[in-house]
Amino acid sequence: MADLRTDFLGIKSPNPFWLASAPPTDKAYNVVRAFQAGWGGVVWKTLGEDPSVVNVNGPRYGAIHGPDRRLIGLNNIELITDRPLEVNLREITEVKRDWPDRAIVVSLMVPCEETSWVSILKRVEETGADGVELNFGCPHGMSERGMGSAVGQVPEYIEMVARWCKANTRMPVIVKLTPNITDVRYPARAAKRGGADAVSLINTISSIMGVDLDQMAPSPTIDGKASHGGYCGPAVKPIALNMIAEIGRDAETAGLPISGIGGITTWRDAAEFMALGCGTVQVCTAAMTYGFRVVSDMIEGLSRWMDSKGYTSVDDFVGLAVPKVTDWQYLNLNYVTKARIDQDLCIKCGRCHIACEDTSHQAITHLVDGRRHFEVIDEECVGCNLCVNICPVEDCITMETLPPGAIDPRTGIVVQSEYANWTMHRNNPMSVTSQQFAAEPVVLPGE
Amino acid sequence: MSVMLEGLPDVTAGRLEVEDYLRNFSDLHPPLTRHEAFVESDRCYFCYDAPCMRACPTSIDIPLFIRQIGTGNAEGAAETIFASNILGGMCGRVCPVETLCEEACVRNEAEDKPVKIGFLQRFATDTMIDAGEHPFRRAAPTGHSVAVVGAGPAGLACAHRLALHGHDVTIFEARQKAGGLNEYGIAAYKAVAGFAQREVDFVLSIGGIRMETGKVLGQDFTLGELRRDHDAVFLGMGLGGVNALGTEGEAAGGSHDAVAWISDLRQTVELGGLPVGRRVVVIGGGMTAVDAAVQSRLLGTEEVTVVYRRGQPDMKASRFEQELAQTRGVRIMHWAKPHRLHIGDDGHVRGIELERTRLEDGRLVGTGEFVSVAADMVFKAIGQTFVPHALDETGIALTGGRIAVDEEGRTSLADVWAGGDCVAGGEDLTVAAVQDGKVAAESIHRELSAFVARQTAPVEA
Repeated sequence: MADLRTDFLGIKSPNPFWLASAPPTDKAYNVVRAFQAGWGGVVWKTLGEDPSVVNVNGPRYGAIHGPDRRLIGLNNIELITDRPLEVNLREITEVKRDWPDRAIVVSLMVPCEETSWVSILKRVEETGADGVELNFGCPHGMSERGMGSAVGQVPEYIEMVARWCKANTRMPVIVKLTPNITDVRYPARAAKRGGADAVSLINTISSIMGVDLDQMAPSPTIDGKASHGGYCGPAVKPIALNMIAEIGRDAETAGLPISGIGGITTWRDAAEFMALGCGTVQVCTAAMTYGFRVVSDMIEGLSRWMDSKGYTSVDDFVGLAVPKVTDWQYLNLNYVTKARIDQDLCIKCGRCHIACEDTSHQAITHLVDGRRHFEVIDEECVGCNLCVNICPVEDCITMETLPPGAIDPRTGIVVQSEYANWTMHRNNPMSVTSQQFAAEPVVLPGE
Repeated sequence: MSVMLEGLPDVTAGRLEVEDYLRNFSDLHPPLTRHEAFVESDRCYFCYDAPCMRACPTSIDIPLFIRQIGTGNAEGAAETIFASNILGGMCGRVCPVETLCEEACVRNEAEDKPVKIGFLQRFATDTMIDAGEHPFRRAAPTGHSVAVVGAGPAGLACAHRLALHGHDVTIFEARQKAGGLNEYGIAAYKAVAGFAQREVDFVLSIGGIRMETGKVLGQDFTLGELRRDHDAVFLGMGLGGVNALGTEGEAAGGSHDAVAWISDLRQTVELGGLPVGRRVVVIGGGMTAVDAAVQSRLLGTEEVTVVYRRGQPDMKASRFEQELAQTRGVRIMHWAKPHRLHIGDDGHVRGIELERTRLEDGRLVGTGEFVSVAADMVFKAIGQTFVPHALDETGIALTGGRIAVDEEGRTSLADVWAGGDCVAGGEDLTVAAVQDGKVAAESIHRELSAFVARQTAPVEA
């Protein structure tokens, strides 16, 4: 079996699956149960200064469900830990003592004053914790008090606080980033400039989950009103993956260790985050939906998959997909595909036809010789992949690549073997020199 | 046979405990819960030009109504269904969906499990009927009057559609209750809790329909009178007769017409009071045979044998119905036909002698081999026939013993339409009868509207 042990900033854990700083890591009781279930580490729920915060006494969570009530997205308005600092520190000490092989990172959020950070760092160090994660992410409640995402949205503050922390502790410092920004590279660069050892992302996304049409108020409501919360769960995964990739391929931050967060529910999700450069992954919603036992399949599934690929340790594949992320302008315009419908697998639902007919390129038949039959019209197919995505049968519709030398029936042009992108295209008024975003390709350290 | 003839025939009521009857005659399938309906609705692919919709005789927009269920709009789903089939509630219960919409479902291709369209249809329609609502409003009265003969599915569907268009409708029903086979024919466990009557009430709540029960065509009124008193007539009186066995002993005690027996059963409130034999033989291979056989078992009959003269694939009862019978402990005996009934000295059935059959050059023949089955009751369920006597003097054209109609339901008489089981080509299906009634109503409406247009057209100079 593949070796899942990870060494992230010198923090060792038996597997890359950590529980994110969140309700599941608020108490020793929960954390011990998590370790018993097999989780490799935890980021202890965010500590703040005493007196502790108070939470609302009404609903803290809202959700989006599929028709079978499968939870697709979750949001919350819970604040940082509402337990006294002393209690948390004592429990962290005890748990770390009892579970020395597991990673315990402590999440922190105190006001933007150096003395506050210095003070709490000293106390966390005494627990024997492996590291700290600076919570610059929470978009609700704490941000109104100048903390959480209020810090994470200002790169200068991120850099400043990161620098304070690095100067005042021997522990590795991870900066947790908020996705509630326009370009995640700026806060990531600031964290690196401030000396942070790693970033973790994404924190939750500002969100209103729905509107109660009877109360005419966002849901869930608290005495008739509601506040925006932080969105997480499977639905946010694509957003997280993109932000992680942006940091991984940015010239300034490439190589900065990343702990990935955002809707990770299965071993496959985890492998995808790791392929985009995450040394560890953090999970919350999956555990809050199904309980800690989900980690069993994450561990076993990841290990089995690694075996199947010949990876013996996680380092073998972490970051392998990063060089494959590029700007649109560098995509090969000479790569020509056509949709192909496997008639043996086709169940004749006709969705490919109507999607293409109504909303796209009129490139799929619905009748051939008077019979219900769905077939791609190569003369019209632009290879957009919509039919592949909306087909209810896996692998029924696939994209076929036209080989060089073939004639694309749509354009009548012979497919070229040479790579050619937009920067070289005759229709590009900006000509060859333009590079609006990251340089291509990013060269990772050590390559 | 001597052994069989000994002893008294065992036909008694109250074979079971009271709670057994309640359990046995409860809903064959409990309705979907709201959650089940949501989950099931998510299985629908919302197909383009959906095959299920094409397979439905009434062309219900199935993908749309299922989508409406999925969005929490069950009332909207009900309206979608009722717009095509005002008896969609009963059809959701009794349609042989495995040979109609669900057979066409594309889910069969991938996983052999169609979307439960029938159950979803019942879920949606129950929502509206249980709420006591009606989805449509009647058009302004046109002043036209139409007579409908028969308050079965065809007549009700026709009357509703005509009323919707503002015509005044009078339904003449021979029996004491409206509903036709929904009320008197189908198995009790398929439409529990008085659903047939609740559905009739729902249909009539459109307004503009007068119901005259206990009025028999040819006895209480004639077609000629209807044509004289109304602008149009729709005949939907179903099949009044049953085929005879033509075997010795057919008239003996304990020998019953299954249709009449089921009708009695449906009208019996305390099923414990309904006598049934300890051993029952049912002759026939259709839905009626299965309904009689299964309901006998549910009343406590120990041995029920369905005897069918051909093989399993030829049975008119759907596979689903056949399996239902078998899982309820009914024995189905193929390739045998009745030869004669064994009658005791008291004139009551003791059993039936059957002759084995086989195909010879495509023809069904007796093999000369005989077998006897003991029975305290014998039901014949070998098909129903149209009884045209009431129409004898009208000159209406028949085809194959039933009323001849065109694709709009027009008979050979200009102002008379017909539909349902009484017309040639009638399919013995509730949903097909509904479609007949609906189509005829639209035809009648077009005819009456054209008549008005002609009357009111300005005179050309």
